[in-house]
Amino acid sequence: MTRPELLKIEGISKSYPGVRANDDVSFAVGEGEVHALLGENGAGKSTLVKMIYGLVRPDEGKMTFRGAPYTPGKPGEARASGVAMVFQHFSLFEALNVAENVALGMENPPPMRELAARIRAVSEEYGLPLDPARMVGDLSAGERQRVEIIRCLLQDPKLLIMDEPTSVLTPQEVEILFRTLRQLSAEGTAILYISHKLEEIRALCDEATILRRGKVVATCTPREKTARELAEMMVGASLSPPERHPGEKGEVVLGVTDLSAPSPIPFGTSLKGVSFTVARGEVLGIAGVAGNGQDELLLALSGELRSGPDKVRIGGHAAGDLGPAERRKAGLVAAPEDRYGHAAAPDMSLIENAFLTGALRRGLTKNGFIDWAATKTFAEEVIATYDVRTPGSHVAARALSGGNLQKFLIGRELDQTPEVIVINQPTWGVDAAAAAAIRQAILNRAAEGAGVVVISQDLDELLEIADQFAVLNEGRLTKPRPVQGLTIDEIGLMMGGAHGMEVAHHVEA
Amino acid sequence: MLRLEKRPTPSQFWLYATPVVAVLLTMIAGGILFGLLGKNPVAVIKTIFWDPIFGEFAFYLRGQLLVKAGPLILIAIGLSLGFRAGIWNIGAEGQYIMGAICGAGVALALYPTESRLVFPLAILAGALGGWAWAMIPAILKTRFNTNEILVSLMLVYVAETILAKASTGFLRNPEGAGFPGSRSFSTFKAASNPELIAGSGLHWGGVAALATGVAAYVLLSRHILGFQIKLAGQAPRAARFHGVNPEKLVLLCMGLSGALAGLAGLFEVTGPAGKISIDFNVGYGFTAIIVAFLGRLNPLGIVLAGFLMALTYVGGEMAATNMGLPSAAIQVFQGMLLFFLLGVDVLTNYRIRSAFMGAR
Repeated sequence: MTRPELLKIEGISKSYPGVRANDDVSFAVGEGEVHALLGENGAGKSTLVKMIYGLVRPDEGKMTFRGAPYTPGKPGEARASGVAMVFQHFSLFEALNVAENVALGMENPPPMRELAARIRAVSEEYGLPLDPARMVGDLSAGERQRVEIIRCLLQDPKLLIMDEPTSVLTPQEVEILFRTLRQLSAEGTAILYISHKLEEIRALCDEATILRRGKVVATCTPREKTARELAEMMVGASLSPPERHPGEKGEVVLGVTDLSAPSPIPFGTSLKGVSFTVARGEVLGIAGVAGNGQDELLLALSGELRSGPDKVRIGGHAAGDLGPAERRKAGLVAAPEDRYGHAAAPDMSLIENAFLTGALRRGLTKNGFIDWAATKTFAEEVIATYDVRTPGSHVAARALSGGNLQKFLIGRELDQTPEVIVINQPTWGVDAAAAAAIRQAILNRAAEGAGVVVISQDLDELLEIADQFAVLNEGRLTKPRPVQGLTIDEIGLMMGGAHGMEVAHHVEA
Repeated sequence: MLRLEKRPTPSQFWLYATPVVAVLLTMIAGGILFGLLGKNPVAVIKTIFWDPIFGEFAFYLRGQLLVKAGPLILIAIGLSLGFRAGIWNIGAEGQYIMGAICGAGVALALYPTESRLVFPLAILAGALGGWAWAMIPAILKTRFNTNEILVSLMLVYVAETILAKASTGFLRNPEGAGFPGSRSFSTFKAASNPELIAGSGLHWGGVAALATGVAAYVLLSRHILGFQIKLAGQAPRAARFHGVNPEKLVLLCMGLSGALAGLAGLFEVTGPAGKISIDFNVGYGFTAIIVAFLGRLNPLGIVLAGFLMALTYVGGEMAATNMGLPSAAIQVFQGMLLFFLLGVDVLTNYRIRSAFMGAR
């Protein structure tokens, strides 16, 4: 199919100190085309779209947009030219309502009432129901994404850039988002779509450009390739799915009984009567749309949020009133979702971050004094075992890319001979090869007899590694069910459907 | 057009260059200020920075340096631990006063006992007095989530009022013919804090300051408590995840800085000041905040910064008396030091980029 050319990138290069983020990148996007940008973390996708959106200037090369030279100096200029972007991390103010948030992103916002009417009109036209008067803090992640998308659509863009849009959606919500994107595409709006989810790209995208280490290594039509082939082009090596060696299930190592706790997070979700058990060698997968109590559950298990002593039992001992250090001593390690600031101190070195949770179980202190030599050995062991790409153990955590830091942080927890492992979003934003390595490492620990709780929004991941499956919905946990025999539709219903989105498309139909 | 760009890792060069550049900029801007006041800028700067160490009266002034640097260092090290943890004790001046009153009060209550135990008891009471005064904002913060900056600062003025009462009332020298001020410690050998080596300016406070500097350095670089203090300041959520109890840390850091300020007060009142008087405190508690930042919140840096600040005190006083500068000009000069330090400090974490001049 030939389409009129919308955006053409020719020989774009961009270097940062020590890294060549983009090296002679060329590709083109036609009008109304859904174009996938594929690549591992650090392959240069983000840098590339930031240049298209005017956040970063290329060192070399040129861009052409609608036939004219295109050199956006800032996002405002890109928007004026007809380029819009939905970021992976939403930039919304929780204490403001939808219309106010949309107005904040506009150069010359119209009066609030008019804007609200336009938001309503666009949301109905594209099947994205949204009440302009609602507080963003009360919205689900899927609804927040709709705010971002509608904010873009109000500018009537010619090119819409979407960075990992489906990581926070239920399967039904993904379906509806795709319907919206296809509708946009049919109307002539091109979409530049960044994702790690290869099946989605195969379902949605017309063309794909694959980046590896800053260079274009292939272009293809995703429908004609298998997900496996796409992943191998991305990684440049062959991949194998994680191996399972299901051991005998042992005794229960983690028991949670009727756990209720108010959320310490503003606009958070309180936990309501959560109960489950995990046995040795067992992996419990907990799914759910972001903001349904995942963070709170992790805090309640790690010990940052305390409860009645008997609400949480580790290895048969009451642990609900213990803090994080005491729970580590009892054998529970945890990996929170937010790497920069929660799981790790961004400005501290990897050595110091290794000490952060490893101090106790790896015996890194003597009479309160830190054994830095042993800590360094521990950090370097994790770096080597988990293939963390870093110039050394002395660099600050924030200098590592998200995926690399995640490998380090997961490795730090797994290498402490834990009895119980709790992980929130183990592979969020991590590339395919690293994600496979992380999943394999988790399964290996389970095979060695640890009980594992994985909280994730990636259903494929949970179905791949979990034995038992449950869903967290508005702070309540469904009864865990064996993964075998579950269908995607059943899971979707457990997750609470698509938050009323079907209705809008019915109206439209 | 210039803009700031965050560095991937903090610059080691600027971490150490910042104080030096800040001092140079202060000399330049201070020189302009002194020039505008009609003085010879070079002569004033020389009087402040050179004469106390190498000038005509250096034999006396060098001792004064240690006398002034001691309490500054002692207080600043305590403050720096809290500042590192994101706990802002601004009321060290009050804790310093209360330490002096409590320590002196215990010693004077024992007058005229000539026991060896009087001075150690006074030291203990001084530390306890400062600690207790710092516990007020600490407990209010942990219990009622009040702001420790405001509470500790306001308690300085309460402490000053108590000091006035002490020197005119409950601690007044009964043989002092009704003049305000307590009995002089130079006449009460068991409780006095004399110069240890004649002419050096070194008294027990200086010894305590240097020892505290070394102890704090070891604490921060080798001990788990120091790690937790740094962690709590840089990434509070990571600190909770590690297992730090934020409330305990507030009590600990406030208590430690209060106790050290109290000690400084006790050493000052029994030594150089000689007695409790309405105005024996000269703002060490506030100046120590500048010293803490000038020393990069690093114990060894603080020791150096304490001497530098003492230099501007001693030299500034010389400049004020010899050259007729208003003392306010000297205070502005000292304030500039903190101003430039914080300004230049940006370069540790950011670099300046001249933005590409694109066609508009």
